[in-house]
Amino acid sequence: MRPFTKHTGLAAPLDLANVDTDMIIPKQFLKSIKRTGFGKNLFDELRYEDEGQPDQDCSGRPLRKDFVLNQDRYQGASVLLARQNFGCGSSREHAPWALDDYGFRAIIAPSFADIFYNNCFKNGLLPIVLQAEEVDQLFAEVALREGAEVIVDLDNQTVTSPSGATFEFNVDNFRKHCLLNGLDDIGLTLQQDAAIRRYEEKRMNEAPWLFLSRGQ
Amino acid sequence: MSAKTLYDKLWDSHLVQQRDDGSALIYIDLQLLHEVTSPQAFEGLRLAGRKPWRVSSSLATPDHNVPTTKKERISGVDGIEDPVSKIQVTTLDDNCNEFGITEFNMKDIRQGIVHVVGPEQGATLPGMTVVCGDSHTSTHGAFGALAHGIGTSEVEHVLATQCLVQKKSRNMLVRVDGELSPWVSAKDVVLAIIGAIGTAGGTGYAIEFGGTGIQSLSMEGRMTVCNMAIEAGARVGLIAVDETTIEYVKDRPYAPKGEHWDMAVEAWKDLVSDKDAQFDEVVVIKAEDIKPQVTWGTSPEMVIAIDEPIPRAEDQKDPVKKEGYARAWKYMGLEGKTMLSDVVLDRVFIGSCTNSRIEDLRIAAQVVKGRKVAPTLKQAIVVPGSGLVKAQAEKEGLHEIFEAAGLEWREPGCSMCLAMNADKLGAGEHCASTSNRNFEGRQGFGGRTHLVSPAMAAAAAIAGHFVDVNEFVKH
Repeated sequence: MRPFTKHTGLAAPLDLANVDTDMIIPKQFLKSIKRTGFGKNLFDELRYEDEGQPDQDCSGRPLRKDFVLNQDRYQGASVLLARQNFGCGSSREHAPWALDDYGFRAIIAPSFADIFYNNCFKNGLLPIVLQAEEVDQLFAEVALREGAEVIVDLDNQTVTSPSGATFEFNVDNFRKHCLLNGLDDIGLTLQQDAAIRRYEEKRMNEAPWLFLSRGQ
Repeated sequence: MSAKTLYDKLWDSHLVQQRDDGSALIYIDLQLLHEVTSPQAFEGLRLAGRKPWRVSSSLATPDHNVPTTKKERISGVDGIEDPVSKIQVTTLDDNCNEFGITEFNMKDIRQGIVHVVGPEQGATLPGMTVVCGDSHTSTHGAFGALAHGIGTSEVEHVLATQCLVQKKSRNMLVRVDGELSPWVSAKDVVLAIIGAIGTAGGTGYAIEFGGTGIQSLSMEGRMTVCNMAIEAGARVGLIAVDETTIEYVKDRPYAPKGEHWDMAVEAWKDLVSDKDAQFDEVVVIKAEDIKPQVTWGTSPEMVIAIDEPIPRAEDQKDPVKKEGYARAWKYMGLEGKTMLSDVVLDRVFIGSCTNSRIEDLRIAAQVVKGRKVAPTLKQAIVVPGSGLVKAQAEKEGLHEIFEAAGLEWREPGCSMCLAMNADKLGAGEHCASTSNRNFEGRQGFGGRTHLVSPAMAAAAAIAGHFVDVNEFVKH
């Protein structure tokens, strides 16, 4: 996994509460068996006038001009400002894959849905929860000046607004450690294989019916 | 020892390792796999040269994009017309073959929606931890199992390590006290709960559903309730084990037998919250107050009883809610309408992991029996949750009742719940759907979904618009 330490980037404001995973990446694009290539269909129904198809060339599709990512001033944005309960709905990891593939490195919102929040960390994408007033301030500052950048510092757990205001955020130590160092979760867990085997042995005695093999 | 909730007990019995920062390694007993969220996980295993930790803990079946018409289904995978869908289904078959994982493929009568298949086979058992790359995995909590929806990276993690890195959730109890009214189903109960606490109300919580209104439900009804825990924001929904649970599990193909069965039943009796257990949050709902529910907007919390007027954006005080309501009104095309009975329906969908089990089909058949689908409807489809549900329904003659009434009888799969196969809504079309999400575009680009119970969907199919099924059946 790509490490995340400190990132400075253009912020794009998506002023909509309860953005669900179907909005982030509609179902027709979930048919891919790859992890990449979802960026052009990120927010497909909010972004384009027509209905998108998998493997379609999106360069000629009609754009919804008023959608934030279609505005000139937000081209190249890598920090997404969002509203409450961002990422609600399904467990599809295609949602963080699409955000990552588009070029986002961090998402800032007052709250996230649990599964989506969790999925972001597995993909080097940092979801940041700030107080509602702090998010409001970021929205306001970003609207004020074209090209406004936000600094996200994972090590110090701070977000710095375009005007220089600094907001602190919380993140689990383990997740932070993995993200800072780009560590593969699976490799880390497998280092605990003795503990897993010990658990299995104990459990096999207590509840042997859970370990029966299943024929075809 | 301090009193524990059911969630606490399940967590403690699966704890492999506690970490200092509050996260933990949790052991997973059962992983269900389907074609959409697994290919990248298997690919990851291959690239890293890893093998599944314990293949007997996995069970797979394709469901999300399998076609549901007889014509396409008759020749199995080869019959899938959409080449992209076909690759995904073939990839699941290939991965299960390569890694030695039990799969009910498209030609197997046991194939169906994972959340219908697991319990039906007795693969889902009380006291287990169950995961699947699908948020509706909360369904299995109906068995007193700790069931999480997970992402694809976690699917790979569980395949490789048999564990999941988790942080413990807080405990919420949603108690439904009293007795449900006639024609009020588990679906109405859970929609009413979501209406009360909101789609983020359960975020960070494991919700235990309890009280007489829940205990009186069948296992299938309980699955419907837990299925939609995620629509209230909770990854986990739970219901305590009782006689109903044990009776349902007994003699299922993968359920323990003989001596193992006796041991298991003894252990399962403890799968209830202790009397003095503390919950971080308690919500109480009166069963008598719950009427047949219909969603009017683009989030499951935008739900009302059939006899209530559609709430208007201008009456909302909270600015976020006001804006959300205005957007939903526009998307749903509600201008000029007061009641949901004013909405003319285009399609009806009875199916999905929420409502495609035999009891759902029986009740829908009971409502449509001897009646005809409204001529204004473009389509009404009934999609059973599995091959075995379909076989049972046909044995009972339900398919004939549906077909005589003008509803199409389909092959098992997720179908129009998320429209990954050919079953979908056209732009602007209104659908009465027994599924779980009414998000924008969920059932098709521009489609307008109204979530209801099977009985309400069936009555709406006949009337051509929403009606109170309680009144409807009297005529």
